[in-house]
Amino acid sequence: MVITAISPEARRAWEAAAAVPDPEVPCVTVADLGILRDVAIVDGVAVAKVTPTYSGCPATLAIEMAIEAALLGAGFVARIERVLSPAWTTDWISAEGREKLRAYGIAPPEETSGSKLALFGEVTVHCPRCNSTATERISEFGSTACKAQYRCTACFEPFDYFKCI
Amino acid sequence: MALFDAVLELADDHLVLGHRLSEWCGHAPMLEEDLALPNMALDLIGTARTLYDYAATLEGQGRTEDDMAYLRGEREYRNLLLCERPNEDFAQTMLRQLYFAAFMHPYWQAAADSADEVIRGVAGKAVKEMAYHIRHAGEWVIRLGDGTEESARRMTDAVEALHIYTGELFEEGSAEGVDALPSRAAVKPAWEAIIDHIFGQALLSRPVVQYPQTGGRRGLHGESLGHLLAEMQSVHRAHPGATW
Ligand SMILES: [Zn+2]
Repeated sequence: MVITAISPEARRAWEAAAAVPDPEVPCVTVADLGILRDVAIVDGVAVAKVTPTYSGCPATLAIEMAIEAALLGAGFVARIERVLSPAWTTDWISAEGREKLRAYGIAPPEETSGSKLALFGEVTVHCPRCNSTATERISEFGSTACKAQYRCTACFEPFDYFKCI
Repeated sequence: MALFDAVLELADDHLVLGHRLSEWCGHAPMLEEDLALPNMALDLIGTARTLYDYAATLEGQGRTEDDMAYLRGEREYRNLLLCERPNEDFAQTMLRQLYFAAFMHPYWQAAADSADEVIRGVAGKAVKEMAYHIRHAGEWVIRLGDGTEESARRMTDAVEALHIYTGELFEEGSAEGVDALPSRAAVKPAWEAIIDHIFGQALLSRPVVQYPQTGGRRGLHGESLGHLLAEMQSVHRAHPGATW
């Protein structure tokens, strides 16, 4: 995340936007996930830069509207800019965001996104409940575009894995 | 307008294949696949939307992504014949997906350092999604190819039915000499390496094609594209200008 202007107004705008929860994974905020890139005050307008997670993520528009609503609620005139490049990666999820995911029962991404394992390799996923690595993939695709389904063979917990992209 | 044409072709590939995958929604053989297929469709349709939007901007005639998707007839569609092939059985659906993703993954890799910011942005995201599609479709191709007598027969039939459409992937066409986009022909060795990697485990072999089928880039399609477009466009055509 980059805060280009650190005026008190810009700071207040950032805080309002940053507190917006992800609509599909509400335990983390748009700032935790790293999809809120920047909030700046430009000619009196709070301009929030947002990057989508997946190409077809159905939540993209909902996220933009929620951020705009949060800025309006904080008394700003707001505008959203969708930023495509550089593309979002799970590397941008903050350490705090990863911890919140784990506490919520979602295993955070294990590898860095540039990993060569991404094409044919198999990653080792830690169970968010007991931290065992005795886990197996049930399905490459889960309840949302960003998650796969796993289960732990140590404690038998089925869980979501936040895919590494 | 070579860039416009080439971007529109890419967008058509993604929308048409995305729509085909979406036809499985509610019909897949198991719940996991009923999640996976629409998820992959969303990836493709999301990419198509960004590309249509970019094509409309390049054209500068005030058209929108919806106009591009819903208000062009089949002769104006420039998608690969591979992308429009009907779903048929699960073997054909998965092989079609593998053929396409194994092309797009190295293609987007090559586009990652394009001087064009929109192309770079699309490539950065799509390359990771295509890696997932290769993995997912590749696992099924292996499972079915090296499976029961029946599944192996179906997988072999799928190769027979679809391999004739793969040559079109590498035709440069309107993209010839467009700096912002990678060469299509140059992707061929990487595509073949991925296919051979999967086919080796699936006990399949890459056939030599005597009569390759092409024409999609010139608007010459099979009968099935018209049916696909009729279904996809019917609501928009019945209620012009409607938004939600
Ligand atoms: Zn466990």
